[in-house]
Amino acid sequence: MPGPLLRGKAAMAVVFAVVLLLPHILRFMPQSDYLMDVAITTAIYVTLAIGLNVTVGLAGLLDLGYIAFYGLGAYAAAIVIHGGAAQAAVSGGPGFWVALPVALAVAAIAGLAIGLPTLRLRGDYLAIVTLAFGQIAKLSENNWDWLTNGPQGMEVAKPLLFGAELRSPYVLYYIIAVIGIVTWACVRNLNNSAVGRAWVAIREDEIAAGAMGINVPKMKLLAFMTGAAFAGLAGAFFASKSGFISPPSFDFIETIIILAMVVLGGMGSLPGVILGGIILAILPEFLRSLPSILQMEGSFDITPYRMLIYGGAMVLIMFWRPEGLLPEAHRRRELHPNLAEGERKPVGHT
Amino acid sequence: MDLDLGILGQQILNGLTIGSMYALIALGYTMVYGILQLINFAHGEVFMIGSFLGLGTLLGLEALHISLPIPLALLVAFVVAMAGAALLGMGIERIAYRPLRSSPRLALLITALGLSIVLQNAVMLLVGTEDRTYPEAFTEALIDGFDLGPIHISYQQLFTLGLALVLMVGLTVLVQRTRLGKAMRATAQDPVTAGLMGIESNRVIAYTFAIGSALAAAGGILFGLTYSINFFIGYQAGLKAFIAAVLGGIGNIPGAMLGGLLLGVVEALGAGYVSGTWKDVIAFGILVLVLIFRPSGLLGERVAEKV
Repeated sequence: MPGPLLRGKAAMAVVFAVVLLLPHILRFMPQSDYLMDVAITTAIYVTLAIGLNVTVGLAGLLDLGYIAFYGLGAYAAAIVIHGGAAQAAVSGGPGFWVALPVALAVAAIAGLAIGLPTLRLRGDYLAIVTLAFGQIAKLSENNWDWLTNGPQGMEVAKPLLFGAELRSPYVLYYIIAVIGIVTWACVRNLNNSAVGRAWVAIREDEIAAGAMGINVPKMKLLAFMTGAAFAGLAGAFFASKSGFISPPSFDFIETIIILAMVVLGGMGSLPGVILGGIILAILPEFLRSLPSILQMEGSFDITPYRMLIYGGAMVLIMFWRPEGLLPEAHRRRELHPNLAEGERKPVGHT
Repeated sequence: MDLDLGILGQQILNGLTIGSMYALIALGYTMVYGILQLINFAHGEVFMIGSFLGLGTLLGLEALHISLPIPLALLVAFVVAMAGAALLGMGIERIAYRPLRSSPRLALLITALGLSIVLQNAVMLLVGTEDRTYPEAFTEALIDGFDLGPIHISYQQLFTLGLALVLMVGLTVLVQRTRLGKAMRATAQDPVTAGLMGIESNRVIAYTFAIGSALAAAGGILFGLTYSINFFIGYQAGLKAFIAAVLGGIGNIPGAMLGGLLLGVVEALGAGYVSGTWKDVIAFGILVLVLIFRPSGLLGERVAEKV
């Protein structure tokens, strides 16, 4: 048997190969445009899940307003691409590639703005304040007609490259794949650094972490900003890819879905949240096309039961594995002290 | 700007009316949180189902040609809806929460969310997506009212406030004066020690869910007598009520009542004096401010961190 490190490397190589080759596989399938759209949406969700995992999974800060950063990124990008406020008569801004870093910066600053006043709050109180911030952001997008065009939403131009509009789902897929991989690489490196260890220490015991000399407020703010920044990137891509954004895309339920991806996959575990993101993004689409896969079209319409099954699956998976599908080693030991496949038992904690 | 006291009073009354509905739902959140430290996200759906149970009872009475006087018919609706919701609440706890009680709290949060999606869609499949209204005989009987100085009080408002008051007083008596209430308080304080003292914590928790759910169902009928209902109302109302519970200090029963009423009044004043579209922003903004300056809510105790 190869060692776990080698197995990890091999698994990673396989995942990379699949990510890079996916469009070339889907190209030969029926309804390839629809499948590409599902792949792009899945990649957006995976990026968001990796970002939220920083705040919730690593630093242990329950952020229920996460989708606001995605929304802010999307609107910031839309406004930059438009060249100004939605109802101001300008058009033709500097385009997608400028909008991308602007969206990242706007979202990161918003993360800082939400992190600063909430440093004193713990657990559920933090959750509710972030939830309130998320609602305020969405309501502002809905009501601030001059800037965002309100409920009618904003049209956004597609990304341009050398003057050509990037409409092909294959090109768009590679853009989001790069954004996702960059997000993954940043989070992975942060996770393996002193910063990641500080986050985990804060998650496990804030007071002890502070006593060990970790700058708790700084690390918490960094966790908020990192998570937010990647959501901003994903939001900018979403805006330009779909060509149209409106407030309902940034509803509280979206935060919940992303949180479910993180918890389902295994909080704090990078491979876990990626898997969780893929499953929960594809499941509704899979259920939609299940009758045609089983060649039972007409005899039974699954569409109305789709969300029922989706919710039920969330409950059942939590029964089966409350620690998530691919849990972080540390957390698994905490929950199953007796099952520690040859791993050392945790010292001290019971 | 000169302030018309009549309009101010009217807005406050309107706010208290919707606020008392928030408070009834918030109580369920806060009671469950006090004992299990769990945000019961499915609670909003219990409110919604309670509202539909009330509607179903009234329509059922009509269909069976049982013509009761309006107050009696309403009483039957309240009894059926509250009992049904209590059973539903106990069922939710038994099926979705009890098996996971020793798991990480976020796992419970996810089962709560999953269950809430299931309940919402189950109701959607049963009754459809369109808006429903309570029978006119009931809504119209409550639409009239009387004037108290410059303030117009409708019977619907009087009924809502009165019933909410009765239920809240009843709950306070139950929690403070009865054996069950004592057991609930003991379990909330320290479940292990309470167990050692011979309190069956599972039963106490089941009753807590039953009581909270029944209160939410009562809120649901009051809501249905004023507004039209659909399968999605539990989402918004649940969110608002949860915020009310946190505003007052989650886990604290008088806090949930205060938080609900306050949230209702703030919303009504925001809608009346600032702008209808921005009223929710004002309500959420105030919540943020309150929590920043009082991080455990208005009536919540500051618990020192155990080291």
